[in-house]
Amino acid sequence: MDWQAFALTLRLAATTTVILLAVAVPLAGWLVLSRSRWRGVVEAVAALPLVLPPTVLGFFLLVLLGPRTLVGRGIAAILGHPLAFSFSGLVVGSVIYSLPFAVQPLVAGFTSVETAYVDAARLLGASSMRVLVSLLVPLARRSLLVAAVLSFLHTVGEFGVVLMLGGDIPGATRTLSIVLYNQVENFDYVAAAQTSAVLFALSVLALTLVYASWRPRGGRRA
Amino acid sequence: MLEFSIIARRGGFQLEVDSLFLSEWTVLFGPSGSGKSTLLRILAGLDQPGRRGPERTRISLDGQLLTDLPNGVALPLGQRKTSLVSQHPSLFPHLSVIANIEFGLRGWDRKSRKARVDEMLELVDARALVGRRTMDLSGGEAQRVALARALAPCPRLLLLDEPFSALDSSASDSLLTRLERWLPANRVQTVMATHDATDAFATHAAVALLVNGKLEALGPAHQVLEQERQRLLGRIGGR
Repeated sequence: MDWQAFALTLRLAATTTVILLAVAVPLAGWLVLSRSRWRGVVEAVAALPLVLPPTVLGFFLLVLLGPRTLVGRGIAAILGHPLAFSFSGLVVGSVIYSLPFAVQPLVAGFTSVETAYVDAARLLGASSMRVLVSLLVPLARRSLLVAAVLSFLHTVGEFGVVLMLGGDIPGATRTLSIVLYNQVENFDYVAAAQTSAVLFALSVLALTLVYASWRPRGGRRA
Repeated sequence: MLEFSIIARRGGFQLEVDSLFLSEWTVLFGPSGSGKSTLLRILAGLDQPGRRGPERTRISLDGQLLTDLPNGVALPLGQRKTSLVSQHPSLFPHLSVIANIEFGLRGWDRKSRKARVDEMLELVDARALVGRRTMDLSGGEAQRVALARALAPCPRLLLLDEPFSALDSSASDSLLTRLERWLPANRVQTVMATHDATDAFATHAAVALLVNGKLEALGPAHQVLEQERQRLLGRIGGR
């Protein structure tokens, strides 16, 4: 069992999840509360990683973050190294790749909050930010858990983006799914079975946490 | 003084009203589906006319223009000094009774906030509800807290959309009596929508009669609702 890759995978997934929640909560709030004509476009772009082949996304990012573009050169000048083939590069890729897995449960959760609450809060002078923080988030807190767990698991399991953007550098970009691929390539099926079992157990455990431990308590009145 | 001129279309329904409410308390009377709730939501600033079509809205309160669309004037909800209490109290279920009432008091210092909440609890007779979970309140109790929440930030216009539907009639009457004293004393103009004529007669309000999206009459209850009064008297056997 490659514990270095295991730790790296967890670190990548945790970092990605934290960043994603920080991005997705305000974005989902905007999507639900805004009446802007750009809403549909933004929602479509945020959902794009669901259907885009991960290798395509990985390739775009590889080119964008590499030395060929101004963006890539700018980032390299600031960081002292290019983002491609680094842990930070993987974080950027994972955040984009898992974005819909955070945004969609949040949008669904926020939408299910009765509009009467939002109207009442607005009439009392609450800004969109306050509606988001003091109403939508607490009333749809289960969707926050769902968003966090799905983003985490989706990042743990990503392969195409990691391979295209990160290469296979031990300690920097070699995640468990890359290890698994290498093990199968080398016909080391025993090790591959172990790695698969770890990834499988992680997913089952986390999903059980979401679906079993949190049942809605009673009906809502008022 | 509430002045408004509204043309709005909601599906096949058209609301076309043009009026001036001078009375401190106006009862908006009309059957279900006559457009009372739509009118109140537009007055509150919650519903705005669409970009196209003949829709337009002009609302001013005590000479201050709140909405003038499509001419680009629409004060944000928090700045209109307007509160709306609807039939469904919509108390924030995750917040306590006190936190609900305090919600609109952001920026107030602690002492005046507490004093205001106390005053509101007293007004709607809800002091006994303070320790209770919001979700456990009965319909009538929740409506009283919703009223306290709406009045806390000192609105100048209070819009009530059948707000006492869940109160039994004696509780409703006593609350109305108290409000009828308190609101004018605190310079809050009130518009109360109802389809229940007894609510209209319970106050000394002016009555505006809304039928099919049009205001048909405005005046003292005994004039505007004479027909309705005869009907009610007939039903209880008095003359």
